[in-house]
Amino acid sequence: MHADAGGAANLEAALATLAAPVRLVFFTQTFGCETCLPARQIVNRVASLSDQISVEEFNIVLDTDQVEAYGIRRVPAIAVVGEADTGIRFYGVPDGHELVSLVESIQLVASGDSGLSDESQALIAAVEQPIDIQVFVTPT
Amino acid sequence: MALISPHITASAVAAVEYPDLVRQYRVTGVPKTVVNDRVEILGAVPEASFVSQVLAVDG
Repeated sequence: MHADAGGAANLEAALATLAAPVRLVFFTQTFGCETCLPARQIVNRVASLSDQISVEEFNIVLDTDQVEAYGIRRVPAIAVVGEADTGIRFYGVPDGHELVSLVESIQLVASGDSGLSDESQALIAAVEQPIDIQVFVTPT
Repeated sequence: MALISPHITASAVAAVEYPDLVRQYRVTGVPKTVVNDRVEILGAVPEASFVSQVLAVDG
């Protein structure tokens, strides 16, 4: 997918054939979060493009049970959740490349297919200890 | 990887929005991957290499 997939038509096409429902669990904060509003706008826009995508919104200060359940550490945060929570999170405003990554992760969660090689999948399936992966990125 | 294993979580962090994390993890370029706060992977690397470097933290 090209980096300029922010166009509504491209996004809609990418999300048109989701095989299963996906929830975007969005965490925000009322005060002191300049990026929460633009992040929410993008989340709602993405959700509007597919009947399979729903949005739940929680407050990182008030909704402590949900914050703990999803292991959220900062805002704005998006958990991409399918039938089960697979542990995929986005921190910050998902624009530019990050919007492409968000859409791709929605497709992954809906399909349940990681797209990784059989060798990689076998190695990963054998993991027994918690592994937390943080990838630092820039939006453009 | 998070999709395959219930033990794996994966976060994408917009570096420019979290300068405290950029300092904490000494992020000087992107993409930079930090595994369990200790293993670092710089840049985009091929899948097999990335998987083996991430899993090297296990056990």
